[in-house]
Amino acid sequence: MLKLLYFARLRENLGVAAEQIALPAGVVDVATLAWHLRARGDAWARELAPERPIRAAVNQAMARGETRIRDGDEIAFFPPVTGG
Amino acid sequence: MAIRVQTEDFDAGSELRRLRAGDRNIGAVASFVGLVRDLASAPVAEMVLEHYPGMTEKSLQAIVSEAQARWRLLGAAVIHRVGRLRAGEQIVWVGCASEHRREAFAACEFIVDALKTRAPFWKKEYTPDGPRWVDARAADEQAARRWEGDDDDPAHRP
Repeated sequence: MLKLLYFARLRENLGVAAEQIALPAGVVDVATLAWHLRARGDAWARELAPERPIRAAVNQAMARGETRIRDGDEIAFFPPVTGG
Repeated sequence: MAIRVQTEDFDAGSELRRLRAGDRNIGAVASFVGLVRDLASAPVAEMVLEHYPGMTEKSLQAIVSEAQARWRLLGAAVIHRVGRLRAGEQIVWVGCASEHRREAFAACEFIVDALKTRAPFWKKEYTPDGPRWVDARAADEQAARRWEGDDDDPAHRP
């Protein structure tokens, strides 16, 4: 299973803060996971479109598209951060 | 090294006293307070700061550890508030203590620059025109990038 988390604008526009999914076939890194989620269509295709400035974290560390994903990981998607 | 993420306000004076307490080698303390301000375009009645519990604390700890590796610090602390905040309220406090001023100034600025681009906080402003998520600023990315590279001397920064 993967634990997926969404924050800020993504959480609002996707209508979900957290979910658990089985590791989908063919998903090996953040980029392929985003591709898998975009296939849900509608808000998912819009919010996770490649041209959107989306950031991701794997197991609570900032990640890139090529960051590997393994069963049991916690992956978060969110907009660029605006703290401070 | 104290890292705190909290909804409550803080007293910058007592945080500063706590940071320097008990270490007579400390010759300099630099601190920074970030505040909720009105925008030029619209008054911000209030804002809500969302964060990623767990990752927030880890990323702040990592940033402070990097600062300690770069400069000789005798103390460092970060307090960041989350939740509902009104214009004029304090959002963040960063304090750095060292023997001499240069390390304290540089480390404090480094920590603020780094947390603005790496710590998972998101601001949503509530203006008379309705709520809006604050967009990340390219200027913040540039400020954080100044610290990349091997030159640790703040006097040599661009």
